[in-house]
Amino acid sequence: MDPSRKRKLRLVVALTAALLLATALIYTSFSASTEASKPSQLKPGRSYELTGEVVKGSISHRGDQLRFRVRDRDGTASVPVSYTGVVPDPFREGREVIVSGELERGTFVAERDSLVTKCPSKFTKDKQSS
Amino acid sequence: MAGVGSACLAVALLTAAYAAGASLYGARTGRREWVTSGRRAIYCIAGLCVLAFGLLEAAFLRSDFKFALVAEGSSTSTPTFYKVTALWATQDGSLLLWATLLSLFASTVLFLTRRSLRDIAPYATAVLGVVAGFFLLLMVGWENPFDTLANPPAEGAGLNPLLRHPAMMIHPPMLYTGYVGFSVPFAFAIGALVTRHTGADWIRATRRFALIAWIFLGTGIMLGALWSYTELGWGGYWAWDPVENASLMPWLVGTAFLHSIMVQEKRGMLKIWNVSLICATFTLALLGTFLVRSGILDSIHAFGASTIGVQFLVFIGLVIALSATLIISRLPHLRSEAKLDSLLSREAFFLLNNLVLVGLCLVIMWGTFFPLISEAITGTEASVGPPWFDRLVTPLALVLVLLTAIGPMLAWRRFTPAALWRVGWVPVTVAGVTLVTLLALTDAADSPASLAMFCLVAFVLAAVGQELWRGTVARRTMTGEAWPRALARLTGRNRRRYGGFLVHAGIAVLFLGVAASSAFVQQRDVRARPGDTFGVDGYQVTYRKATAKLGGDYSGTGAPISLGAVLDVRGKGKHFVMRPSRNYYATTDPSLGAISRFFEGEATSEVDVRWGLRRDLWMAIRPDIGSLQGPIREADRKFANSPTDVQAFIIAALADRYRRDPPPAAFRAIASPLVLWIWIGGGIVVLGALVAAWPSPEARLRRVRSLYSARLGQELSRA
Repeated sequence: MDPSRKRKLRLVVALTAALLLATALIYTSFSASTEASKPSQLKPGRSYELTGEVVKGSISHRGDQLRFRVRDRDGTASVPVSYTGVVPDPFREGREVIVSGELERGTFVAERDSLVTKCPSKFTKDKQSS
Repeated sequence: MAGVGSACLAVALLTAAYAAGASLYGARTGRREWVTSGRRAIYCIAGLCVLAFGLLEAAFLRSDFKFALVAEGSSTSTPTFYKVTALWATQDGSLLLWATLLSLFASTVLFLTRRSLRDIAPYATAVLGVVAGFFLLLMVGWENPFDTLANPPAEGAGLNPLLRHPAMMIHPPMLYTGYVGFSVPFAFAIGALVTRHTGADWIRATRRFALIAWIFLGTGIMLGALWSYTELGWGGYWAWDPVENASLMPWLVGTAFLHSIMVQEKRGMLKIWNVSLICATFTLALLGTFLVRSGILDSIHAFGASTIGVQFLVFIGLVIALSATLIISRLPHLRSEAKLDSLLSREAFFLLNNLVLVGLCLVIMWGTFFPLISEAITGTEASVGPPWFDRLVTPLALVLVLLTAIGPMLAWRRFTPAALWRVGWVPVTVAGVTLVTLLALTDAADSPASLAMFCLVAFVLAAVGQELWRGTVARRTMTGEAWPRALARLTGRNRRRYGGFLVHAGIAVLFLGVAASSAFVQQRDVRARPGDTFGVDGYQVTYRKATAKLGGDYSGTGAPISLGAVLDVRGKGKHFVMRPSRNYYATTDPSLGAISRFFEGEATSEVDVRWGLRRDLWMAIRPDIGSLQGPIREADRKFANSPTDVQAFIIAALADRYRRDPPPAAFRAIASPLVLWIWIGGGIVVLGALVAAWPSPEARLRRVRSLYSARLGQELSRA
């Protein structure tokens, strides 16, 4: 094979490989992703990544199970959550959480160990400074 | 004092503008005195930043709550060690740390290169001045760390308890030094592009700084993993969190850069690729800082909404636009001096390794930004979890480890399969024996990916061992030195080569730990009362008694209350005691009662880890303080206005009550095999990289000679 055809061939092979990889990347990510949702937008029968704020006074323990309600960040709709597994240290009333699971009979049943709590934002300042 | 600090920053900003302007003017007009003045202006920025940093650190140390930053991030009860670190736990403070490290690093580099690269250096100075100026502008314009409070509070909010960990003292500075360090090769690459001097000079001048930046960034990542493992209370060291990914991406591309520049040095190839890689690395470093600070992606690290997200995006956009324009306009100057002779050559494998590293980075980037991508395409925000990352990253990591072994064995230009077999049959045999042994004696076959990784690790270690062996033997035959001396001399004479081998061995060891601990970890979550026993991975754990400590917890984080357990562990021929606990920090929330504010504030797991070369036993406790709620409420009512010593007495009584009659506590026990090797491997990598970065006496001599001859040539051509 002469060098220029060889180079072209290499280029074609490389581009094909890159294209295949990109397709795999896009396909797997869209098929494996879970949709994020606010409590007010949950629909039963599919899994979500629920985001919102823990409602004040809603946290209770039953055996290994942690129960609390999550509220829309900018609204009042809320949903009860039942969760097992490790509870992140910053978890607390009024904090923003992310938890994956599925809505079953009105309760959001969370996957084990899926609870993430955002750090309290020590950096949002009340601009009282002069 | 705050005024002096603000003034420092403002003057530093002006100086940065001057540094950029003077160097550019000097370079354009050929007036050296302006170039020198621009370079000295960078030293001046460093001095001002260090002064500002010192002023702020002093304010933290004396708990001067007139400083808004000190009031938000520290308190008189914060231990001194953490008062120091509280500076960079805040947004403004971390910007100051960035600027300070950058100006120090830039000054060092510009000082060391002051007599070389006369054409490129002025432009590099200008770029570094602009980058420093950007961070100074952020502070002067939006996030001034020297903001003061009109009515300073009597007590500060205290450092976020999660950040009270020794690794947190050094993790952010390490990471930032890494980010900052990559700005140096970036600046010189831009200089090389502007001046069209796109040979390997700029690479030779900055290679060592890129390597040092790489060491710092890697160390920062390893310390972050250690922090996650021992502080966050979930027992893992890596979660594909956006912020973790943000630090890994520049490291991966930086690794690719460190490899591909060797091809340019040796063969004059891959020039476009190299300048693109370093521009990408620097952009990713900026992106990393931006992700932590902007909060656009959901992450445990994303500290709420920030005021400087837009500015960061604009700056990143400018960097990308400038780099792309320069690279495209200089394409004719970036042509390869040689062609790839054969696919069976070291440069071809370096290229492959580069593609894998950049591919890894792209995968991680896609996954990290997927919520934004998905929202843009489908209109709904969706995210991919750790399983997705694991599935895509594992095969790439396997290929990468394989290349780690093969790459250094190959010859430049071209080699024959027979030659490869001559150096490759020993490692292949070792890998084969490892495979058979693991299949016969262990249940490693349960995880094919891990099994493959174990074999590859054996392959890498055997390959590195063989190289060292051959080199030492050859040297001994030549010089007749004793074994250790021959090995030391061999390494000393070829620091880059043998340092590189050490890095490769360290990476293999690191992946050994990752593969073993991720596939064969055993975890148990139980609720237990004192006297109960539970098992995990062959250990029998008995909850002997509850503990309650007031003030002075084991790890010295300054927590007022620490509830924990004493556990008796028997198994695998050992008997030891573990003391996991949970720290409770008081909150200043006024809506809570005088006593309950001590129990309702932040709480952190103080994990107890029994480190071992074969396996770790990791233990965390979450005490149930529900039974104390009644007494706490009652105490709130009765002792709301009591003096503090009475309140302290009440808290002691409550803690004592917990100790005497503890309710069942939740335990998480994790037995993680070989996990310690991740950090041992990381240590080997750092050691190897230091060996490679250390200038060897011959190389220094060669460099002086070549510089001399180059200058002589220039003078002659001018004459």
